[in-house]
Amino acid sequence: MCGLCGVLGGRGHWTDSTTNPDAFAAQSDPGTPLRERQQRTRIVNQVLGHYGLGLKDWSGNAYILKGNTGKTAIVDNLAQMWAQAETLTGRSFDPLDDDLIADLTGR
Amino acid sequence: MAYDTFIPVNVVTGFLGSGKTTLLQKLLHSPLLDDTAVLVNEFGEVGLDHHLLETATESTLLMDNGCLCCAIRGDLKDSLRDLFDRRERAEIPAFKRVIIETSGLADPVPIAYTVLAEPVLQHHFRLGNVITTIDAVNGLKQLAEFDEPVKQVAVADRLIITKTDIAEPGQADELRLALQRLNISAPLFDAAVDDLSPQRLITEDIHDPKGKGQEIKHLMSVAEAEADDHTDHKHTSGVTSFALTFDQPLDWTAYGIWMTMLLNHYGDKVLRIKGMLNVLGVATPVLINGVQHVVHPPVHLESWPDADQRSRLVFIVRGMDQARIEASLAAFNGLANTSPVNAGLGRISA
Repeated sequence: MCGLCGVLGGRGHWTDSTTNPDAFAAQSDPGTPLRERQQRTRIVNQVLGHYGLGLKDWSGNAYILKGNTGKTAIVDNLAQMWAQAETLTGRSFDPLDDDLIADLTGR
Repeated sequence: MAYDTFIPVNVVTGFLGSGKTTLLQKLLHSPLLDDTAVLVNEFGEVGLDHHLLETATESTLLMDNGCLCCAIRGDLKDSLRDLFDRRERAEIPAFKRVIIETSGLADPVPIAYTVLAEPVLQHHFRLGNVITTIDAVNGLKQLAEFDEPVKQVAVADRLIITKTDIAEPGQADELRLALQRLNISAPLFDAAVDDLSPQRLITEDIHDPKGKGQEIKHLMSVAEAEADDHTDHKHTSGVTSFALTFDQPLDWTAYGIWMTMLLNHYGDKVLRIKGMLNVLGVATPVLINGVQHVVHPPVHLESWPDADQRSRLVFIVRGMDQARIEASLAAFNGLANTSPVNAGLGRISA
């Protein structure tokens, strides 16, 4: 467990820089698992907003994915989140979709 | 335990009759591979004589989502766990490497998934190079007619053209071109001419301190050659490979969000991603390596190989558009700009 923010350790997802310290050893500001999760939630919510969904960190151990209609799902990592997002909305989440890219770039 | 101390698992694959066992037989004569356990799916015409040889009957356990690449190969799980148990109990020599020879029709991706994601194995084993053999006489025909050899070539870290000594003039050259279209990132060897050293094929990989530099040099030369090459690399199977270069550092969090979303939607079409990233706030390069939905933990390189510190990403994809991939990654990386934590990050340009 991280002593600073109480996030449980272990072999995390490949996207977590804090669970792959060797790969990110030369980081100028190593940060904490909690800060990384906050940053992830902030960025991913800009994408999920396009589909009427939102993500919240749940005590540093999981995430809560919530739709506009109140449907929710608990997910451990990003890979699980995209699959659950499709289940919750019944939509396909395509990162190469022109509408999504236009939305994200403000075009 | 550092990831580079895990037991590497190499995969030798290739279509029926392409010379997998002959290659393996030669490699196993090297003292460098003395401490290697070998797992074969079937005994072929060429016999293998090795002190630590096990067989496994292919069986695949599909995950709940039914995705074929994210399937645990039950036979491998059992065999690798059993090998590891016996090694720990000192019933067999303490092997330092495992080589799996697949059947000719095998998909190597579930093997990679089993090693990287199976709850017990992932703590003891790591995936090493995937070596694919292709027969110079029949290879082109097989690539045109069957999906299995296309996949085996696309996910390879090393490609070996076999039987060039008995091929018709020009056959091997044509095959070489086809292989380069399918997989620009894998070094190509001619079994009849080149030195098939176990170092270059097996032990040198991105987790090997001695081999890392060589791997990166190859990746950089591929990215450079691709930047100057505007020809269409599409193979008849719809599989194409290309390299992207980014001038500005990438935000790791945004990159992870983008790549997980890409693999969730296009996992069956993204056959391979390999790259060396300049990550914002990290002084040294971060190496990434993914096979369909299966992504290795990122690896760090001690320093940049030269003054060029741009990110390079090599993609091997089926029916996907390079320009859209570039635009999408740029858009996601731009999201980090709007976050207070990373204010001031420049937009990437390809």
